[in-house]
Amino acid sequence: MSIARLTRREFLRHGLGASGGLLLGIRLGAAPAAGDSAGAAPFTPDAFVRIGADDSVTVIVKHIEFGQGTFTGLPTLVAEELGCAWSQVRAKGAPADPSRYANLNWGGSQGTGGSSSMNNAYTQMRRAGATARAMLVAAAARAWQVKPGDITVADGIVRHTASGRAARFGELAALAAHEPVPKNVTLKDPSEFVFIGHDLPRLDIPAKADGSAVYTQDLRLPGMLTALVAHPPRFGARVASIDDGPARALPGVKAVVELPSGVAVVARDFWTAKKAREALVVEWDESRAFRQGTEDILADFRARAAQPGLVARRDGDADAALADAAQVLEADYEFPYLAHATMEPMNCIARHDGDACELWYGVQGQSLDLGNLSRALELPPEKITLNMLYAGGSFGRRSNASSDYVVEAARIAAALPGTPVKLVWTREDDMRAGAWRPLNLHRLRAGLDADGGISAWYHRIVGQSILAGLPKPPPADKVDHTCVEGASSLPYAIPNLSVESHQPSLPIPVLWWRSVGHTHTAFSTECFLDELAHAAGRDPLALRRELLVDDPRRLGVLELAAAKAGWGEPLEARRGRGIAVHYAFKTWVAEVAEVSMLDDGDYRVDRVVVAVDCGLVVNPGIVRAQMEGGVGYALSALRGEAVTLVDGLVQEDNFDTYPLLRLSQMPRIEVHLVASQEPPTGVGEPGVPPLAPAVANAIFDACGERVRRLPLRRVARA
Amino acid sequence: MTKLEVNGQEHDVASAPDTPLLWVLRDELGLTGTKYGCGKAVCGACTVLLDGAPTRSCVIPLSALGSRAVTTIEGVDSEVAGAVRQAWIELEVAQCGYCQSGQIVGAIALLRDNPAPNDEDIDNALDGNLCRCATYARIRRAVHRAAELLA
Repeated sequence: MSIARLTRREFLRHGLGASGGLLLGIRLGAAPAAGDSAGAAPFTPDAFVRIGADDSVTVIVKHIEFGQGTFTGLPTLVAEELGCAWSQVRAKGAPADPSRYANLNWGGSQGTGGSSSMNNAYTQMRRAGATARAMLVAAAARAWQVKPGDITVADGIVRHTASGRAARFGELAALAAHEPVPKNVTLKDPSEFVFIGHDLPRLDIPAKADGSAVYTQDLRLPGMLTALVAHPPRFGARVASIDDGPARALPGVKAVVELPSGVAVVARDFWTAKKAREALVVEWDESRAFRQGTEDILADFRARAAQPGLVARRDGDADAALADAAQVLEADYEFPYLAHATMEPMNCIARHDGDACELWYGVQGQSLDLGNLSRALELPPEKITLNMLYAGGSFGRRSNASSDYVVEAARIAAALPGTPVKLVWTREDDMRAGAWRPLNLHRLRAGLDADGGISAWYHRIVGQSILAGLPKPPPADKVDHTCVEGASSLPYAIPNLSVESHQPSLPIPVLWWRSVGHTHTAFSTECFLDELAHAAGRDPLALRRELLVDDPRRLGVLELAAAKAGWGEPLEARRGRGIAVHYAFKTWVAEVAEVSMLDDGDYRVDRVVVAVDCGLVVNPGIVRAQMEGGVGYALSALRGEAVTLVDGLVQEDNFDTYPLLRLSQMPRIEVHLVASQEPPTGVGEPGVPPLAPAVANAIFDACGERVRRLPLRRVARA
Repeated sequence: MTKLEVNGQEHDVASAPDTPLLWVLRDELGLTGTKYGCGKAVCGACTVLLDGAPTRSCVIPLSALGSRAVTTIEGVDSEVAGAVRQAWIELEVAQCGYCQSGQIVGAIALLRDNPAPNDEDIDNALDGNLCRCATYARIRRAVHRAAELLA
């Protein structure tokens, strides 16, 4: 291919050197991105696209990459409309700047969560790509004295076929930067897509296959020290006194810093800091410490479940219908506190320079962290710079209501002005810190009429409010939707339905955990419906079909999963099959699980069939990977995970006591995607909720035992 | 100073003798591909090869290494390593990626000793390597794919 290059004269006529790049955004006149080296470029609107003289297309991604694929998915949208080759594309994390990088599903707030990245950015990123393309075309048209409408762009080449002229992006970048930003751009018709809907290779994979990907744990700044913090053993305890003499005497120890959250030791490296922390003598004031155990909390929750709660939904009159029912079924479901247990424990690097603070970590909740840091450091948000790095998992942990570890790192750095400090939480620190999925008790009661129809459904949920932990919590007498989501939206046509919420306040920090309220509501609703089906002598799939009215997308995934799984086909003895369907974060997922009962009460999930409707599928490989991961994550919790308290002390603080799913326990997974032209929705979380109820229903099918308390490590009747 | 051979290079390291190998690699030698996950040999993120044997570097102190040669993710460059890496990229195994250095080093050791492992062999070799993203199905397929590439 011969490519006609712009002449030197053409470049000079525009008064630009070849080093200029095109930096592109939607609005003109905004400040350059904080920490954005391209701020020196001649054109600095709120940039999503940067085209280098070397032809590289760098997409500024406003959502963190922690395995769910944002650093591939969002650049795919830009590349599709821009007309570049995939090999030109790079991804770079956006700085914290809610004025330009807000999550469009969250008002003005910047952050990643609720499986919203693709959904909120779909049109925004396509427009960014289309805008860049229009400016490249305009620049070429001006340089070549041809009509823009006669120019095409594909594979990174801007071409005027009639005159045989062509140029690479890099050759046009500096010129394009001088073109006006078009107000309106035309987006491709989906029939023209060449990238969207195809398995483009993920951009982050190669660096994750040779150890070169940089996580917070790996970043080293000149002169950086490492900090560990001694935290109180119980929630609500404070420092009473410190004897730091033995710790300070150790070689390599640089400082001991008292914090609201504990006592930090700062040293030249991790191991020195760890030994110094062990040498530290701290007495804790436990006069206001929380000393209950999990069983105490559960007993209190059971008592609350006997009382009416805040009304989340009320259709008809469930009390009257229950009184008239031919048969009443009742079940309590218990869900433990769960740790996110990311493979990379929480960590954060901070440098405080007196009147400004810069941080480097897996930034997930930019707006939350900026607010919390601003208050803690008494600095305006514009004096705080957040640099987004890869995170070794999050599952919600780094979208941080209190910014616990982030604020802790910044406070330590503030005590050592000018010195970068890396705060490392050990696995034990990470797991003991709370921020868990809330413990929950659900009480369900339903009435069947004489024909086996469900006449009433009563659902009371007792669990701490996650939103109550936010800097600006909603009023305590309002239902926190994250407590009841998936339950208050029960899709089944039941005439008398009541959903209530108790949101007791406890000094235990709780947080969203991959699929949030759906982690427990999908389980109790889909298991209880299975119980009702069996009580009424109905097939669980047939009953769902009958009760799902005007719900075609839910029925679509249900039928697809059931058909692919061979629903209704006979299984061997001690094997069972179960089904569940759930809608979360705008995505429908149905799962069918097959289980085998093993000896000694053990069980194995052999196969899981997943059907997902997430609208238009942008990258099928990533959707499949997220469904596989969601299944594994949910199965891990079902099989073994629980954080418990005894006398206020956390009992599980590492993987020897908090068992995660292992390779040998991973089922065979088949993922089926529903073809759709609806807007794309999230896939990071929605694979999680249906798994545990599908498995629990399969266990009942296999051995007749109902699962009502999680985790399920052993099956009594197996 | 302690003598230490890492990825074919001799080093004189200054870390205290009780320092676990993991932190010598990461904090003194700047080899950060090997990850900290648990600190008590229960997750496998810190797996390195010691004279070729997969070993949890988070619990073995510098003083216990003797003359054994250390190979980290940065230093694996055999034909087996190339095949494993290619398979990992082809099958897009990684999600968050944090555990993958340990998975890959473990897979290399497995395939070096057993060029055609079955599922049970893979379970036995890699069951101690936790992956919170549950990329296990792809890990298994990637080990089989690497074996295919080497055949």
